[in-house]
This record gives sequence, C-alpha cells and structure tokens, in this order.
Amino acid sequence: MTYEEVLALPPFGVAREEKQAMLKEELLHLTQYHQAHCAPYARMMDTVGFSPRRVGRAEDIPFLPVRLFKEMELCSVTKEAVFKTMTSSGTTGQQVSKIFLDRETATNQQKTLVRIVSDWTGRSRMPMLIIDCPSVVRNRAMFSARGAGILGFSIFGRKKLYALNDAMELQTDAIRAFLAEHAGERILIFGFTFMVWQHFCKALKAAGERLPLENAVLIHGGGWKKLAAKAVSPAAFRAALQEVCGAVEVADYYGMVEQTGCIYLECEHGHLHASTYSDVIVRRAADFSPAPFGERGIIEVVSLLPKSYPGHALLTEDEGIVLGEDDCPCGRKGKYFKVVGRLKHAELRGCSDTYAAAFK
Amino acid sequence: MTYVVGTKETEAQMELLRPLPIFSKESKDFLAALAERILSDAEAKAYPDVVTLGFWCRPASLRQMEKPYVGERNRLGRGIAFHVAPANVAVNFAYSCLAAFLAGNASIVRLPSKDFPQVRILCRLVSEVLQEYPALLPYFLFVRYGHEPAINVRYSSLCQTRVVWGGDATIAAVRRAPLAPRAREIPFADRHSLVVIDADACLAADRARIAQAFYRDTYQSDQNACTAPHFVVWLGKAARVEAAQEAFWGALHECLKTRYALQPVQAVAKLAALYRLGACTEARKAPMPDNLITRVHVRVLPEVLPDCKVGSGFFIEYAARDLAEIRPLCTRACQTLSYYGVPRETLLDAVLSMRPAGVDRIVPMGRTMDFALVWDGVDLVRAMSRVVSLV
Repeated sequence: MTYEEVLALPPFGVAREEKQAMLKEELLHLTQYHQAHCAPYARMMDTVGFSPRRVGRAEDIPFLPVRLFKEMELCSVTKEAVFKTMTSSGTTGQQVSKIFLDRETATNQQKTLVRIVSDWTGRSRMPMLIIDCPSVVRNRAMFSARGAGILGFSIFGRKKLYALNDAMELQTDAIRAFLAEHAGERILIFGFTFMVWQHFCKALKAAGERLPLENAVLIHGGGWKKLAAKAVSPAAFRAALQEVCGAVEVADYYGMVEQTGCIYLECEHGHLHASTYSDVIVRRAADFSPAPFGERGIIEVVSLLPKSYPGHALLTEDEGIVLGEDDCPCGRKGKYFKVVGRLKHAELRGCSDTYAAAFK
Repeated sequence: MTYVVGTKETEAQMELLRPLPIFSKESKDFLAALAERILSDAEAKAYPDVVTLGFWCRPASLRQMEKPYVGERNRLGRGIAFHVAPANVAVNFAYSCLAAFLAGNASIVRLPSKDFPQVRILCRLVSEVLQEYPALLPYFLFVRYGHEPAINVRYSSLCQTRVVWGGDATIAAVRRAPLAPRAREIPFADRHSLVVIDADACLAADRARIAQAFYRDTYQSDQNACTAPHFVVWLGKAARVEAAQEAFWGALHECLKTRYALQPVQAVAKLAALYRLGACTEARKAPMPDNLITRVHVRVLPEVLPDCKVGSGFFIEYAARDLAEIRPLCTRACQTLSYYGVPRETLLDAVLSMRPAGVDRIVPMGRTMDFALVWDGVDLVRAMSRVVSLV
C-alpha cells in the first residue's frame, strides 16, 4: 500500500481486524525500508536480532525509545533531501529531539493532520485564533514543536489572529474586533495547553474579561507537565475556560514532534482516539509485553507516516491506559485511551551524582 | 545548616586541636566502643549496611587493618578532614570519617542530603559513644546543608584534607571552593568496573550462592556504585562458557524475581542503552524472559564501551580467550576488577604486565562494596597523615 492509499481510508472508520492486518504489513515494510536506508537503525535491528519472519502482529515490530532521537541523529534520507529539521520544545538545558523531514514526509504529515482534525472541525476552514505570539513561527530554519504545531494547524484557519503579542500580553481589543467581524461563524482556537492556561485563561480572569466563544472549538495539546506542577486538572482547566469564554468546545490532543501529523484527539467522552494511520500500544515495564485494555503501562506510538526517519514505532516516557477499541460511545473506530502522565523519575541507589545539579 | 553531631563550638575547638598519631589508642578505643553499640542496638540490626560497619570497627578487624602500618610510629594526622558524602549511599560517610580518624584527623562531614534512617541511627550512636569519650568531642562535626557554596568555601578553607565522594560533577562543584595552600584533596570520581568469571569454576559452584554474591555487587546498588561491574568477561571454552552463562544468569534471575523491583523508567533507559550500544558497535542482545537482566554480547571491546553503561541490571558480556584482551576496558576510569574462579595472583600479574591507566582493586565477587582503607588506589591512612622524617 502507498501512503496515499492508506490516507484514503476513513480516519476513524476502519475496524480492528482490517486495521491491525494493515498496520502489521505496513510497519514491517517501514522497518525494512529504514534498515536499508539508515545504517545505525540497521545495526540496532541486528542488535535485537530482528527477523521479519517473527513478526506475527503489529506489536512484534521493534520500538525505539523516543529519547534516542535526542541522543543521535537518525535519518533515512540523504542530507540533501532534508527539507526541514524539527526539534522538540525541551526546556533550557535539556537535549532536544532532532527529526529530519524530506518533502514527502512533511507533506504527508500535513495531509494526515487534515484528515484527523477535519473529523472534529469539519471540512471548511474557519476563522482561527492562535493562543501564542507571532514570533514563535518566525524562525523557520529550526522548527520548534510549538511553531510546527501552529503552522500545521494553520491550514484549518481561514483568517488568523495571534492572541498574544511578543511580550506575551493578551490582545483583548484585537480579539474582540476579530470576533465581531466573524460574528455567527464557528471559530477555531488553537494553542499549547500551558499557553492557553497561563496567557489566555488566567489573563482573561485577571482582567475580569469574558469573551463570547460559545460557538468555538478549542484544540490544545503539548502536555500537562507544567500544569500538573501547578496542580491544574483537566476538569479544572475546562471549567476555568468555560468561565471566561462560555460553553466553548474543548478538545485536548496527545502527540509529539517525533510523530508529527498523527495526533490523538479527545472526543466528547474525554477519550483520546487513535486514527487509522497510527496506533497506541500500552506495554508492561516488566517485559515490554502488550498490556490488556484497562491496565496501566508505558505508551508506545506507532505510525505509518515516518519515512524520512525511523520513527514509525516509538516507546514514549508517558504512562497510559488503553480503554477499548472500536466501541467508544462517540462512534469512532480504533483504540481509545488516556494518558496518565510522565513515567516517574527513578530514585536510584548507588553513588552517582545528585548533588551537583543545583550548583549549575 | 543543621548541626547533627557537634555544635558551632565544636567548629571553633577543632581548629585548636592537636592531631593524633595514626591508629592511636584513642581512635581504636572509640571504634571498638562504636562497634559494640552498633552490634547491640536494636534499631541498627534492621540495616545490614550498618551492621557491616559495626563489624568493620571491631578490634579484630582493626588489628588486620593496622598490620600494614605497624612500625610507622612517625605518622601524624594532617589536621581537619572535610568530607562531602555521596547523596545516595547511606553509610559511606561513616567509613570516610572513621578512616580519617584512624589516620589521626578530626572530621567535618557534610551528610547525605537524602534522609536515610541509617544516617540517623549512626549519628545517634556516634553521639552516644562520644558521651563516654568527651575528650574526643571536638574530633567530630556532622552537618547537613543544602546547595550552599558559602559553606563549602568555609569548610574548604578550614581543612587540610578534602575528601569528595559523589562523582565528577560533585568534584567540579566542590572545587569552586579554594583549599588552603598545603591542603590536599582526595576526589572519588566516576568509575566503572568489571568482573571476570571462569566458566568451569562457575559451573562447579553453588548457583544460588554465586547469584547472591553477584547480586550484592550489582543490583543492591542499582548497579550504580562505582564498584558494580558493567562488564562480564568469561574465560573458558566456548561450549563451557555458554553453559555457564545459562546457569549463572538463570540463577541470578531466580534471585531477582523476589527481590528487585525494576521501575518503568529504568526499563526504558536500558532499552535505549541497548540500542545506543548497538548503533556504535557490533552487539547482540541475549534473549531473557523479561527486563530484569539485560545482557548484550559484544565481539570486540572498543574503548568507547565504558560510555555505554547505564545501570539497573545492564551487562555487556564478552568471551575472552586470554586475560590480556580486557585491556581496552582498563581505562583511567576503571576501578574494580572482581573475579570468580580465577586465581587473584593471575589477575594481578595480568594487570601489572598490561600496565593499564586504570584498575585499582582486584576483589573476589560478592565483596566489591566492602570498604577498605585503600580505596580507588589511594591509601587513605597515608594520604591523610604526614611523615615526620628522621635523617
């Protein structure tokens, strides 16, 4: 199957048997493709004794820990074919992932995102309010996850407004004018969870302002790490938002720069959904065997998209639970799941360093 | 900053103290009294590492330790020793400070930041013994403080020997505090270790016991202690090595099933290390039933290998035809060479003839963590004392 053919399938309309058979075949092809085009990846597959004959199902495809993309450059196209390099939005001092994209993979990411998100937003483009500052997308040579996300989602926007200026101040007057201009239309709001919370939700509340966004859909993602640190739960987040902008529709998404395009959106029942083009496998830490539905484990994400880099099967450092498959009350086919959070940092014994960090 | 043993006055008295000779009667009496208290204390019994320290301090053990120094009447302590204890090993601070005392010094100890019950117990017992020996009170000051460079500066200027545990990053941080002109530093840097096992001897051994010994060397410290082997080198005929590996790792796995809890992040870290290793050298993962033990076979031993260590039960295995093949592992950072079934003289001869930059200790399997007065290639008693030479 070509990726075009895969993408022609409905994003949430392929049932288990057909989907798993397709995933197994296509992931196997990708594994062999990357073996042939990425020398370090080929050596890694030798290290674990990979043999296509032993792949009976999608779960048998070897998965790389996502942190490897922070530690080494893994690329399956020539340097000349790299069209852009995306980086994760690591905090200062952290290593960032480097993901190499050629035109084909970059285009497929965009097309995939459109297929998935249109299932929520419909096909027509909408006036779009971006909860970020314009400068975040200005440097196109090195794409941060935030910039890439905004540019990716911009395709759903007909007319765009950045809600913040470069000093991160909410431009309330401009937003009111924008909403007045598009009165009666459905509005798309997009932003990273933390930005939405800090610079939109809290800023509105502090200013005592309320925006009429009853007819809007807010799509946000990028992790709950910072909010969890501030003890903000998803429910509190939603409630606080609706307090300042009415009964706005809110959809969280799960995704990562290492598999851009294949995002997992939250339905009205609060479940994250895997589309036809990707899947989640929750694994047990004890032996990496797939956990049954309902059991908590380490999240692996697989995607048929990555061709310019070997990122089609990745073990994340997030914990999650697959809740079911094909039977979410929202009607979408495929697995649905929830993310519990980051894996807990291990408290190790021994005499390694924990003292010096605070001196730096 | 909190004073756990001693007070602000102790600090002032310490500066006026006269050093003791090495293995002074005072120090031996004190250690013997401490041993007695540790071994009869109900609370201490629950902690094997504390009990081990108790045995280490007993007169019989002290007599053994003193042997190499008998006749060195002309050695006196250098003065105050300032110890920066490792954050995540409970009893190490006590060995460091008692070694300094045997060498004739008073000690200022920065206790581990983590609140170990063992530390609490030892501080209590040391205080109790000091009540019996009030003259020794000014020799011990145990403090706890956060990341405060100013305090490091104060104690660094006060001491004649600075003993830094915890690894490269801690050493770099502590070195920002200058030492007095004649003071010296004993730094314990990041190291790696290896074990050599003779296949025939392993096959003849009691499997549960050998697994137990290896467990102590590795999993007990999450394979994070400098002494814990990351490399397992096998000696013997190919078929025998294969049989021995199966028996050895099988027995270890049995032992781990009930005793070791692998956390999810550790499992992910080991998988990442496996792939990283595979990307840089020809390596092959050995099949295991789960993630408790990760074994990787390598056919050559490149010098970059020590960078691939990760801990939590990750072992790089190599079958050697000759001991001389381990040379690439014996880099400057290589600390302990432990062994099973190989005569120690053979190992010593092999190491001396290869003249490597590293390997400071040759120790039987199961005893790599045993503290000794010669550590990391440094004779602590001699390094913390000075010689009055007579010409």
